[in-house]
Amino acid sequence: MDMLKVPTMADMAAEGKEPEVLFWVGCAGSFDDRYKRVTISFIKILNAAGISFAVLGPEESCTGDPARRAGNEFLFQMQAMTNIEVLNGYNVKTIVTACPHCFNTIKNEYPALGGNYEVIHHSTYLQQLINNGKVKMKEGGEFKGKKITYHDSCYLGRANDVYEAPRKVLEALDADLVEMKRCRTKGLCCGAGGAQMFKEAESGDKEINIERTEEALATGANVIASACPFCMTMMTDGVKNKEKENDVKVLDLAELIAISQDKN
Amino acid sequence: MQIIQQVLFVVALGAIGYLLFKRGSFIWRNITLGKDVKLNPEEKSERLKTTMLIAFGQKKMFARPMVGFMHFMIYAGFLLINIEVLEIVLDGLLGTHRLFSSTLGEFYSFLINFFEVVALLVVISCVLFLVRRNILRIARFHKPEMKGWPTSDANIILIWEIALMFALYTMNATDSILQSRGIAHYPVVGPDGFAVSQFLIPIYNGLSDSALVALERSAWWVHIIGILSFAVYITYSKHLHIFLAFPNTYYSKLRPKGEMDNMDAVTKEVKIMLGEPVDESGEEEEVGTFGAKDVKDLSWVNIMNAYSCTECGRCTSECPANITGKKLSPRKIMMDTRDRAEEVGHNIDKHGADHEDGKSLYGDHITKEELMACTSCNACTQACPVNIDPLSIILEMRRYVAMEESGTPMEWNAMFQNIENNQAPWAFPPTDRFKWADDLKVKE
Ligand code: SF4
Ligand code: SF4
Repeated sequence: MDMLKVPTMADMAAEGKEPEVLFWVGCAGSFDDRYKRVTISFIKILNAAGISFAVLGPEESCTGDPARRAGNEFLFQMQAMTNIEVLNGYNVKTIVTACPHCFNTIKNEYPALGGNYEVIHHSTYLQQLINNGKVKMKEGGEFKGKKITYHDSCYLGRANDVYEAPRKVLEALDADLVEMKRCRTKGLCCGAGGAQMFKEAESGDKEINIERTEEALATGANVIASACPFCMTMMTDGVKNKEKENDVKVLDLAELIAISQDKN
Repeated sequence: MQIIQQVLFVVALGAIGYLLFKRGSFIWRNITLGKDVKLNPEEKSERLKTTMLIAFGQKKMFARPMVGFMHFMIYAGFLLINIEVLEIVLDGLLGTHRLFSSTLGEFYSFLINFFEVVALLVVISCVLFLVRRNILRIARFHKPEMKGWPTSDANIILIWEIALMFALYTMNATDSILQSRGIAHYPVVGPDGFAVSQFLIPIYNGLSDSALVALERSAWWVHIIGILSFAVYITYSKHLHIFLAFPNTYYSKLRPKGEMDNMDAVTKEVKIMLGEPVDESGEEEEVGTFGAKDVKDLSWVNIMNAYSCTECGRCTSECPANITGKKLSPRKIMMDTRDRAEEVGHNIDKHGADHEDGKSLYGDHITKEELMACTSCNACTQACPVNIDPLSIILEMRRYVAMEESGTPMEWNAMFQNIENNQAPWAFPPTDRFKWADDLKVKE
């Protein structure tokens, strides 16, 4: 593998430099084996586009989102204030993140605690890079004409009205975008939000991710595109549960782009 | 005779006015049991815009176009009929008949014809709604929380509206006959009948003048008393939304749906813990309970939301927890909140403001199981045609469970501990956080 640049804010500061954007990796992006591949894909894209960026590395910490949704406001605010101190210490202006939960929390909830940044979700960021020509896909790329369905993340869509950017990114792949019955404002949750990721679901007739996966499979798509680490886990589990992992892949937008670039 | 009718009418109007006032102040008091809400004065125009679009314009109702149209007809009928009601009330008070006909001239009969057509569309819509509820049995109208009163409430309203419209037609049809016979007191505005009620004329044509007058008067009384008592009934019913939808949309959340309100009381304590300077300028806020256990811990907007809920179940039909058979139903959260607000209100009226009945919204109405099933996906808030926010009630109660009761599920407690100790919700050592980059990094 070509060597990739992954500067940290601390390194940069030591050299007296400030990057244009901070890439907020998030807990899943840092620790989850599957999602680390998304992080690396995004790093590849940033490198290829020649973006001036840095990560916090060991200085990053949970945004506190799951604690807050689970009701633990104290823990959330402890996390938030500590993070804000670090971010303000580095004079961070712009943050890009692949996690809709980090995105929502830093963008909407940190200002009340003194953290004001321009926060961009990687779907919007990728769309911008494609629009201004910094990201180029191979002609007749890997996904040309392939059936892809996009699973809306609630924290991106309904929570923050980001519906079109992910779809625009997929269109740039020249893919055949097929919508599920429930999409956009009517999209169905993957079942992981509101800290559900960290506990068993309450008893019911069915798991939410299975219901959603069935809907995704019904489109006949070979790729389920996601833009959130929790959605990715839930949909991947769902596909496995349906024993379809050989036919249907769950891939993040960043992975789809990175793959289409690789073949260049 | 005329004067007796006038006196009776004044008495009826007074009695209904009194009932409305009593019920209104009861509801107002219950709503204001909730905590105050800080509004940004700069948001005024955006709030008005929301009200215009969502309440007046019924924007979200048209997410389901056919139903949206039928609902719009009933809504338009309701708005327009108020002009007619104004005339009826004035006639009743002054002892006149069709007061507006002399001033409006030609336009008056146009108006009546127009109302009659609208009324017909109202009747058709109501019949179709009855069919949907009772014959097609749309699933969301038959969830567990809809047993008993909520179902009959909806049917009562629909049948009531149909009956009112028939009273209107009877009134107009008999009136037309009386006009064509040149009876005194019945000014000529439509002697050959109006758009719809003309079809009833053959039924009544054989009656004597006095029988017709009696029938016309009866229909007039049934119509107006029906409308006025409908107003009283509404204050007990989910149909309160026809009034509250307007303030409810005005005060609805403008910030991104994903944003949870900051708890300033906690901010202060956390700042003290972290040794940061605390802003002491504001007056001492009393720290009540953290999160919500009962209605008084909610905001007054939450309680107004509850009184505005139409029990239509659009929220529940989109709720992923509910779709997959879990106990949570956002509609039930709203119905419970309203029931509890009524209960607390009656307690206060009976036993005084400090009375505790040993019950609470959380526990006696809403269970922990329901609260814990929510994925905070905002499908409910998106679906609600009047911008009700069940999620904020759920999240406030979760705050109570976590911070006052220490009652969160074990797995969440473990997640809390991980965040505290490892700065991540999973039990990975924080030193491993940057390991993903080990194989690739060339540092600048
Ligand atoms: S936010 Fe909660 S209550 Fe509302 S629809 Fe989603 S899971 Fe259901
Ligand atoms: S909260 Fe809104 S969507 Fe849900 S039942 Fe009430 S009115 Fe309908």
